[in-house]
Amino acid sequence: MFVKKSKKSLSEYSTGELVMFRFRKNKLAMFGVILLSIIVITILLAPLISSYDAVVEMNMADRFQSPSAKYLFGTDEFGRDLFARILYGGRISMFASLAVIGIAFVIGAIMGGAAGYLGGRVDTILMRAVDVLMAVPSVLLAMAIITALGNGVWKLIIALAVSQVARFARTVRASVLTLRNVEYVEAARCFGASSLKIILKHILPNGIGPIIVSATITLGQTILSISSMGYLGLGVASPTPEWGTIISENKMNIGTYPYLGLIPGICICLAVMAVNFIGDGLRDAFDPKTKN
Amino acid sequence: MSWLKYTLKRLLMLIPVIICVTFILYVILSFAPGNVAWQILGEDATEEQIAQLEAEMGLDQPLLVRYGKYMLGVCHLDFGTSWFGGEDIAKLFLGRLPFTLLVAVLSILFAVAIGCPLGIGSAIRQYSLMDYGVSFVAMLLTSMPAFWLGTMCQIFFCLTLKWLPVSGVGTWKHYVLPSIILGANTLASMIRMSRTSLLDVIRQDYIRTARAKGASEWKVIMHHAMRNSLIPIVTQIGITFAGVIAGAVVTENIFAIPGVGVLLINAVKARDVPIVMGTVIFVTIIVGIINLVVDIVCALIDPRIDFAS
Repeated sequence: MFVKKSKKSLSEYSTGELVMFRFRKNKLAMFGVILLSIIVITILLAPLISSYDAVVEMNMADRFQSPSAKYLFGTDEFGRDLFARILYGGRISMFASLAVIGIAFVIGAIMGGAAGYLGGRVDTILMRAVDVLMAVPSVLLAMAIITALGNGVWKLIIALAVSQVARFARTVRASVLTLRNVEYVEAARCFGASSLKIILKHILPNGIGPIIVSATITLGQTILSISSMGYLGLGVASPTPEWGTIISENKMNIGTYPYLGLIPGICICLAVMAVNFIGDGLRDAFDPKTKN
Repeated sequence: MSWLKYTLKRLLMLIPVIICVTFILYVILSFAPGNVAWQILGEDATEEQIAQLEAEMGLDQPLLVRYGKYMLGVCHLDFGTSWFGGEDIAKLFLGRLPFTLLVAVLSILFAVAIGCPLGIGSAIRQYSLMDYGVSFVAMLLTSMPAFWLGTMCQIFFCLTLKWLPVSGVGTWKHYVLPSIILGANTLASMIRMSRTSLLDVIRQDYIRTARAKGASEWKVIMHHAMRNSLIPIVTQIGITFAGVIAGAVVTENIFAIPGVGVLLINAVKARDVPIVMGTVIFVTIIVGIINLVVDIVCALIDPRIDFAS
């Protein structure tokens, strides 16, 4: 369909266009994009849908109201509107996850890029550091950092980002290594391009595939990690809403009022699933050979 | 003898890693804010008492000196004592470890026993309804937070149906739900891994040869395909072990199992630095050894892997 519409032959398409074409053909991935878009747009428009007052305002007269037209997702033991809490909680969960990936990506890309491109002693030292970081299970590393820093959204973000740096550094290094000696990079070098320009203009755009895939898959896990930390009481603290924290604060009442547990849990599931569908779709689109 | 040499070499290589890990952790944890002596003694402590306790704990010395002393202790398997409880860390950890290991091993057994057949089944019947169904379940399991699944199952099976005990340890029934919850994520990766791995092998020439010479489908899958698809699966088990130990932290907290995870979370909340430090080092060593075992098992399954390299 795509090929018929235009008169270009397949070889005339850029790699990026082909990736997009394959990605758009993947139904599950497109479902993930739509689902994630709905979630992101809803939480971005949160102030238009509900005021922040509803998130923290206690209303003892309306405790444990089941989902209804007035309270879409019902209310908790303090009579707080669960819908508003999930809406604003989603902002924190999603923003924090993106921030974790962003920070981990930037630091990991600098480390991995330097190691892969410069090689030699820089490579050895940086990769030994990465080996050491990888030796500690990332959740435990994050917990150790939280012990040092204490609770809070930004502290949690830093702890989780540091524990993910090693993974990104490895992925970026592997990408750079495969492209370091290809002909067009050599040509750019002969042209007198600086190392930074070669990395940013030639290596990064061509090697970005595996990095994006890894970032997307890590994003799903990070959403889970942030809510797990919230549940364990090491992340975002109540009354600030966060999906894991919401489940944690309602723990005692879920048995009697199942919607208090079901709704926030389903929200986490849907968000993670959407991201995972996109991640899988991107992986297949960048490297069709891996698809079974 | 080559595998013995290899094992020794790998064990020796673990030592510098552990030293670096300890150093990084020590530096990170030295940033823990608040006056420790003050926290231990309580609000009424005088300045002299605080200074005296700090001198006793060695907290008045520079970071590197403290680290050196700590490492000297670690060489004698002395990981220090808890700041607030005063217990010996090594004893505390080793007392908790059996619970964690039991749940971890049970969960992996559960994941392998259920995941591999499902993955193999969906690889053999690729694109069938069962294949899609199994893939969907795997997707669902990776997207579900373990703490949520655990809490919901606890409410349903323990409180509503009263089939299993809610929390704690004691009988075998106490371990059923924790193992399943902890294994849920591993189950998903086992399904995916065994499916992908078998699909890779099924397309090889020697499988076609086996079919061409008239071997039965059962023999083709079991004799020719399975053995060759085992290597990535065994590697995957090793990789997931680190994740399972980390996941145990959450599961143990839901079901109140007195394992390493509960110890760690309580220590993180109380900021009991020696416990956090000791626990993370111990777990890192265990994960390192497990990775080594996995590499050896892989070499035993696959003669192409050479110990020398």
